[in-house]
Amino acid sequence: MPETPRRPASNLPPLSLHIPEPRYRPGDTPDFVDIEVPPVEATPRPSEATKPDAMRELSYGLVRVLDFDGQAKGQWDPKLTPERLRVMLRYMMLVRAFDDRMFRAQRQGKTSFYMKCTGEEATSVASTMALDRGDMCFPSYRQQGILIARDYPLIQMMNQIYSNRGDHLMGRQLPIMYSAPEHGFFSVSGNLATQYPQAVGWAMASASKGDSRIATVWCGEGSSAEGDFHSALTFATVYNAPVIFNVVNNQWAISSFSGFAGGERTTFAARAVGYGIAGLRIDGNDPLAVYAATQWAADRARTNNGPTLIEHFTYRSEGHSTSDDPSAYRPADEATAWPLGDPIARLRQHLETLGEWDAERHEAQAKELDDLVKTTQKQSEKLGILGHGMHQPFETMFDDVFEELPWHLKEQCAQMLAEQEAKFGPNWKPE
Amino acid sequence: MMTPENLGSTQTATKTMNMIEAINSAMDVMLERDPNMVVMGEDVGFFGGVFRATAGLQKKHGKTRVFDTPINECGIIGVAVGMGAYGLRPVPEIQFADYIYPGLDQLVSEAARLRYRSAADFICPMTVRTPFGGGIFGGQTHSQSPESIMTHICGVKTVIPSNPYDAKGLLIAAIEDNDPVVFLEPKRIYNGPFSGYYDRPVEPWSKHDASAVPEDYYRIELGKAATVRSGEALTILVYGTMVHVTRTIVEEMGVDAEIIDLRTLLPLDIDAIEASVKKTGRCLIIHEATRTSGFGAELAALVQERCFYHLEAPVERVTGFDTPYPHSLEWAYFPGPVRIATALTKILKD
Repeated sequence: MPETPRRPASNLPPLSLHIPEPRYRPGDTPDFVDIEVPPVEATPRPSEATKPDAMRELSYGLVRVLDFDGQAKGQWDPKLTPERLRVMLRYMMLVRAFDDRMFRAQRQGKTSFYMKCTGEEATSVASTMALDRGDMCFPSYRQQGILIARDYPLIQMMNQIYSNRGDHLMGRQLPIMYSAPEHGFFSVSGNLATQYPQAVGWAMASASKGDSRIATVWCGEGSSAEGDFHSALTFATVYNAPVIFNVVNNQWAISSFSGFAGGERTTFAARAVGYGIAGLRIDGNDPLAVYAATQWAADRARTNNGPTLIEHFTYRSEGHSTSDDPSAYRPADEATAWPLGDPIARLRQHLETLGEWDAERHEAQAKELDDLVKTTQKQSEKLGILGHGMHQPFETMFDDVFEELPWHLKEQCAQMLAEQEAKFGPNWKPE
Repeated sequence: MMTPENLGSTQTATKTMNMIEAINSAMDVMLERDPNMVVMGEDVGFFGGVFRATAGLQKKHGKTRVFDTPINECGIIGVAVGMGAYGLRPVPEIQFADYIYPGLDQLVSEAARLRYRSAADFICPMTVRTPFGGGIFGGQTHSQSPESIMTHICGVKTVIPSNPYDAKGLLIAAIEDNDPVVFLEPKRIYNGPFSGYYDRPVEPWSKHDASAVPEDYYRIELGKAATVRSGEALTILVYGTMVHVTRTIVEEMGVDAEIIDLRTLLPLDIDAIEASVKKTGRCLIIHEATRTSGFGAELAALVQERCFYHLEAPVERVTGFDTPYPHSLEWAYFPGPVRIATALTKILKD
């Protein structure tokens, strides 16, 4: 052991290393009273062409539309029709019904993995609804709301989750890592924040072709620490790319609280300030705020006024995934203590306040969506569940590594097929 | 060298080009032919690249097709992946292969996997051009040969030309390929083939047959090796700069070697390798990259798997040493004439 170096004589206190620690651990009583929630009317809505340095305070504030009495107020109110609000509510409820069902399917051993987005439905559903249908979404792994809000067939999502014979990704991807080009949904990676520079590249391509479509991308506050995030913001500001960056700050990255991404020092929207791009920090549990901010950013991008970074201030109500146990690192009742409520409950309250919705219709819709998910699940399971034989043909394992199969993969494919025959006998091949 | 793989459309006049000019010509021809192709990278725009590979391309094809980027290789490759998803055909330059590492996740986990993970919903028709290799007093960060890192990635093709004619034809084929290609350019031979004797004057490409390059479009199929010299005594598997070093030593020693320039490392031309080694019964592998887990290890394994009963001597490797590329001692590191001659003597005696 080397000798511990002695501190030079001085009256300075010794240096100390700060290791962030969340305020509450299991057994503590969470209290979020010090989270600043400004009044809805307090936040001005600048024009979409405002220069980033003239709107910096929006990176540190909180854009809101719905107050806690269910009223839509202030300059950011997108003034959606009741019909549109009901569509939004329906999509968010469908996401939740789907999540509950698929979570249960994983627990029943029908697949390996699932990730819910409970409490964060607005950050993808309301955001997608504010985009044009041709705009390209580069999701992270918790944006199933994009697919739902673009009416992607539920059965295709389930087939992917089960890696079954109907899975158009051929059972190659971890459940929920969908790909849906016809629905403007880029292939989900699993490596974090890699989609950030890709979205910028797509947006740059669209701009270079004189197209009108923009790109939009999501990551969590945790993965905003990745280099890719900063690469993306650099390229976006350099080329004034028509892109919307969403940082879903749900407070938790598996067991690491937002402090491990720098959240103790400043907001995530403030990352935009250093890059000279527009930043908006918004109430991510307020679907109308999400809609309004996205619409603002989309208009800005589409008129060559550049990129926007939106921090959705929200809370991850459930575990990171089916492989996670949040009770091991945070109080069980943090989600209920969260001061910004639940996005579905808040939109429902708003519609009811408007006299455009009631408990009876809500319950009926919840039941209808639950039945829809259940029926679809049955159809999907007819095509197989993970590990029960009804997978894709073995040889497809070698397809799509390259456009054409090179000799070494042909050889390896033959070897794999011979192994199956050795295992299961000469008539092993189904059909 | 000019005839067999010429798959070109219209053969027009040839021009004497060095490797830089041939690479520039490939991009120029393709920018003309494919409105979706873009060239991007550090200093590649107005300035035309630190090695001049993109000189004049921005002026001719415009700023939105040939442009400078931030010094950010993760961004360069990541942005190129997104452009490919849109429908463009990006040809990013990484200024030195030594700088590719910040972009490696985008290459390994994104570009290379995109077709597979999306079942061809999205593809990545990107060609990453990057100068590699030593012998230019570049020190440890401007001299590396990372080809075996690239060949270890499933979903990426790795191409290394050794002369101007091949460089243009292979680069055009790489650009047209619908999968990501890493196109490693041996920078020591940009301006002339290298004999391996660093103290001798550099010979210009103009004295070499392969400097006669068609000005028009032509392509050389990826995955096909070239026989540089036919022979009976042994097979030498080699690529890039080392093709010329090898040829010099073989001629000096008067060895009847069959020299095979692999040109594409992945997919590899296994038929050419197998046929030659079975004919000669001896195999020497030469590369400049570090030895352990180098591409030579893969070649040696393939040769013994396929040609063991034809071998009359152990497969030998001549490589760089397993150290970083030393600046002042680079000629002691470089697998030059002495190391090659020693190996040749040994393998022919065994």
